[in-house]
Amino acid sequence: MKTQWIIAAALSAGITLPALAQDKVKLVDVVELSGAGATAGTNWKNGIDLAVADINAKGGILGKQIEIVHYDTQTNPGNTRAAVQRAIDEGTYAVLGPVFSGPIGASMQIAQRAEIAQLVGGEAAGLTKQGNQYLFRTSLSQAAAMPKIAKYLKDTVKAGSVAVVWVNNDFGKGGRDAIIPELEKAGIKVAADVATEQGQADFAADAIKIKNSNADAVFVYLNEEESARFLRAAKQQGITKPMVGETTLLGAKVIELAGEAANGVKGHVGLSIDAPIPAFQEFGKKFQAKYNYASDHNGLKGYMAVYMIKWATEKQKKFDKKGVADTLRGATIKPSDEPGILIETTIEQNGDLDRESFLAEVINGKQVINATLPKIKP
Amino acid sequence: MAEFIAYLIAGIATGAIYALAAIGFTLVWQTSQTINFAQGEFVMLPAVLVLLAIKLLGAPIWLGALIGIAAFILIFGVGFKLAVVDPMIRHGVLPLAIATMALSIIMKEGAKDGFSAEAQNFPSFVPTQTIEVFGAAISLQHIAIIACAFAVIGLLQWFVGGTKLGRQMQATAQNPMVARILGIPVERMVLLTFVINAALAIVASVLISPIYLAKFSNGEVIGLFAFIAAIVGGFNQVRGALVGGLVVGIVDSMAAAYISTQYRLAVPLVLLVVIILLKPEGLMGRKEERRV
Repeated sequence: MKTQWIIAAALSAGITLPALAQDKVKLVDVVELSGAGATAGTNWKNGIDLAVADINAKGGILGKQIEIVHYDTQTNPGNTRAAVQRAIDEGTYAVLGPVFSGPIGASMQIAQRAEIAQLVGGEAAGLTKQGNQYLFRTSLSQAAAMPKIAKYLKDTVKAGSVAVVWVNNDFGKGGRDAIIPELEKAGIKVAADVATEQGQADFAADAIKIKNSNADAVFVYLNEEESARFLRAAKQQGITKPMVGETTLLGAKVIELAGEAANGVKGHVGLSIDAPIPAFQEFGKKFQAKYNYASDHNGLKGYMAVYMIKWATEKQKKFDKKGVADTLRGATIKPSDEPGILIETTIEQNGDLDRESFLAEVINGKQVINATLPKIKP
Repeated sequence: MAEFIAYLIAGIATGAIYALAAIGFTLVWQTSQTINFAQGEFVMLPAVLVLLAIKLLGAPIWLGALIGIAAFILIFGVGFKLAVVDPMIRHGVLPLAIATMALSIIMKEGAKDGFSAEAQNFPSFVPTQTIEVFGAAISLQHIAIIACAFAVIGLLQWFVGGTKLGRQMQATAQNPMVARILGIPVERMVLLTFVINAALAIVASVLISPIYLAKFSNGEVIGLFAFIAAIVGGFNQVRGALVGGLVVGIVDSMAAAYISTQYRLAVPLVLLVVIILLKPEGLMGRKEERRV
């Protein structure tokens, strides 16, 4: 009798499990949930979870529910490689993440070899210069953002000299290497070029150095927590010159951590829940309601990444892993076609993005958008 | 000159924190002849516990601070001695050192999972303003750190050298067997040492967390630099840890200012190598001989 029960259970499991598997499409998110990238990674993950919940509630992708799995890389390139490989071995439909450029650079070849699309949050200019046909950004690259910053520093801030403080990782080095030629082209002198370490806690010496450079403005290109610590140190040292940054510096987490020291910070933001785009604001409200804090740009990136996959799959009308990348390359996704994309987004052949972006300032602890900048290739 | 003063004050403030943590290394060394590799996490955790008490209990800051501090002293002062040191020390100093490495990982991962993987604001008890000293803008927070750290270290020195209880502690550290013969309650003195270590860690945590932000990984940097400070100053002397902390803090600040921000982390390590080669007992340390 017992044997019969076991056989019956095994048979029923054999019948039901494939049926369940057929009803789901697996997506693996390889992300920084701890370590230096925890803030960015947590926002990215929550954005993804929000998108997955929305899509599943509306019937999924081509009738299949999304099964999302998150693997914590601990912001470690070695762990990231292992996690991407594991994701592919487990049959992920596409790889989501990571967010930090260094771990992306260390792991992107694995998804490329498997011919699986990898949608990442990294902004380092070099990532899309390596001929990887399977890597796609979810934000503007540094190469697209830095000319806008240099123009802003020259025309709006009217800076004749700028001190550059950057984090010594792939993201920061890429940003530093992208901004300095743009500043020189704009006729702006680089008064100080200060490297800091990822995860650095004490910025007093760096702030003193920047203060003594007597630059007209400071360009800050650090990760979230370091940005907040630097802004606090700068305030402590009495730096009153304009602090200008790119997206991260004006992020919600930086504003929260830096407190009063964030007021007056200006810069360019690629994505923001405060942008004058109703879909962004709607996303911001949903995110706030679900997670009880304000999303930064990484939350938006994660959300849009899932919708990029959904759009590509529905466009090709089938689940074809390689086809996702083929469909995304060169595409323009409009909110009228896929509302989840939130803003018209053009995907270049190399995986870079082109879309509208914004100039912003932090006033009374809130990011305020001052202007909308058009796409580079409207 | 103003620039130099600003770097110097920033370095002394950082060094004062390293000194507080480094003194913990020397205290544990003197009582158990081992290295507490969780010392950095000891500085990280009090701030996290305070914030956790505020978050979980909805307590005001002062109550959260009291609960967090009491919990830390109980768990990582008394508990550390009873649950980790006492059972392991019987098997020699190496198992104990390894146990502290495990404790360090448990504290870090526990803070990450039980609290947050992200940095959090920690309230400062001094305003974030600056005052001008010889033309240099000096942060009030830095001045408060230096004043508090020196006051606490001064108090500790007075306690150890100027009170009966402190002298009993010293006697226990120097020779537990003789101390026991003289009627000193050795076990109680050892326990007191661990409670003092926990209290110093709390002071360092409260002073530094408004600047570093409260985060589970903060102990890595603090632990490393405090360890270097303890070796540079002399592992077996409290005043050595003070001098070592200040030297490392100032060297770090000056290296960032006048050598390279990119190589600043390497400079204290070079200093460590030089000290080990030229004066292995540390700047203020006492030579120790052991029969093996």
